[in-house]
Amino acid sequence: MLYGSISHWRRELSSGNITPTELVQELARITDAKNPTVNAYISYNTEAALAAAAKADISLPLGGIPIAIKDNICIQGEPTRCASQMLHNFISPYDATAVSALKAAGAIPYGRANMDEFAMGSAGKNSSYGHTENPAAPGHVPGGSSSGSAAAVAAGMAIAALGSDTGGSIRQPASHCGIVGMKPTYGRISRYGLVAFASSLDQIGPITQNVEDSALLLNAMCGHDAKDSTSSTQPTEDFTAKLGQSIAGVRIGLPKEYLSSGNSPEVTAAINLAVNKLTELGAEIVEISLPHSEAVVSAYYIIACAEASSNLSRFDGIRYGYRAENTNGLDDLYSRSRAEGFGPEVKRRIILGTYVLSSGFYDAYYAKAQKVRALVAKDFANAFEQVDFILGPVSPTAAPLIDDKNMSPLQVYLADIYTIPANLAGLPGISIPTPQNGGLPIGIQLLGKHFAETDLLRVASALETALA
Amino acid sequence: MEKPHIDVAYIAKLAKLELSAEETERFSTDLNRILGYVAQLGEWDTDGVEPMYHPLPVFDAVRTDVPGTSLSNEAALANAPAEEDGQFRVPKVVESAH
Repeated sequence: MLYGSISHWRRELSSGNITPTELVQELARITDAKNPTVNAYISYNTEAALAAAAKADISLPLGGIPIAIKDNICIQGEPTRCASQMLHNFISPYDATAVSALKAAGAIPYGRANMDEFAMGSAGKNSSYGHTENPAAPGHVPGGSSSGSAAAVAAGMAIAALGSDTGGSIRQPASHCGIVGMKPTYGRISRYGLVAFASSLDQIGPITQNVEDSALLLNAMCGHDAKDSTSSTQPTEDFTAKLGQSIAGVRIGLPKEYLSSGNSPEVTAAINLAVNKLTELGAEIVEISLPHSEAVVSAYYIIACAEASSNLSRFDGIRYGYRAENTNGLDDLYSRSRAEGFGPEVKRRIILGTYVLSSGFYDAYYAKAQKVRALVAKDFANAFEQVDFILGPVSPTAAPLIDDKNMSPLQVYLADIYTIPANLAGLPGISIPTPQNGGLPIGIQLLGKHFAETDLLRVASALETALA
Repeated sequence: MEKPHIDVAYIAKLAKLELSAEETERFSTDLNRILGYVAQLGEWDTDGVEPMYHPLPVFDAVRTDVPGTSLSNEAALANAPAEEDGQFRVPKVVESAH
């Protein structure tokens, strides 16, 4: 087992108890043993990781620490498949900025984490490389779309991982696997080299064993990048600076719309437990209202699918990716390459997105959704005048069973109701596990104001300690 | 909003995405159900609300225009499904008139 936080392994490395090479060898041994059942990685390149380990500088902040990378974040010279047949043979010609930042901090990318195809899904079942198991809840889904990143960390196959979050794809699998997942403020981490799903919603973030590790990964990755014009120019910070500090007097909002009868009793119990712990820590719990909560799923799926239909038009079989054979002319090449390269959920969303952007429907769907999005953001702006943070569920239920086939696509989408708002409004959010007590893992979510990650991590860390 | 109906076969043509008959039928069912749900957006009053296309106010983000390195021709072609003479090879684009 390779449990132990980044800090733990940093201490082991600096004291000489283990070398970076031995750490990678140990990780490879565990991965070789577990990946055939967990399927957290589509592939992993032990040789490249060992070569990096041989040169690792352990004096750097993440020196010698292997990090698993979701399969939609580019690593130079490695495959980036997005769990799709469309990119089955694609080798990244460059590093994503987040990856080059991790490398510069001494980390070693290791493991191409399985995912829902093109990050579209919430169960890890939409991968064309097989579904991922939930190591913390056998027989149940690991969540998604960062299914492999969460499962790898939960299975001890990774010390920490990167995921991407467009509507909850970091926080929800972290919740289902009993670990920590954080979506930073929109723009905190460059999206350069992250294969675009919905550009106004996508954000890279950490999936880790504890809150401190998420702060350490943010330290390495945040900051403006000239290669992503939407990356923030906000000065970056030491996100560990306030860990361990008191949260007495902090005001935490509990939206009445998030205490829905649609939540499972276990999720309600997890929220109540968090409320009790936060109160004991001296925080003040304030009932608030987010009046447009019922509209978020509709607005999100219109916006996300519209942006996806545009972004995924680049996969046309010409410059990279899958090309169908024996085609008849250019249109046939496009249509058949896309038909044969994309899986069913990706096709469904491209069709929906194309429809809502098409002539005659644009105003009724796309423009309307963007207006509702503004109202959702205004709800949060109003709430954050009363409170510093917002507490809520991550998902209405614990992880469903893998073979639950009764859910329609719409029912699956509706389960994203608590994670979507942070993406629509661009807010930072973090999922923290509650004690499992023999049941399924259930995470609770804290949301903060734009760029308030340092304080959000302080509250998350205090709650994590209190729940432990 | 009137009751939505999505013509999946037509939209698939716009999206340049060939669908089988089975897919067309399944997506029609799924997407009409989804559109029936999202029609609730019409119930929210958005008069005078500016659409929010981006989560943070970013306007005219431009970088300094300085020459830099870019991918080599070889690297840019490394993932090409077909190439010839240092270029992407594509099927004949100019088709005969029907």
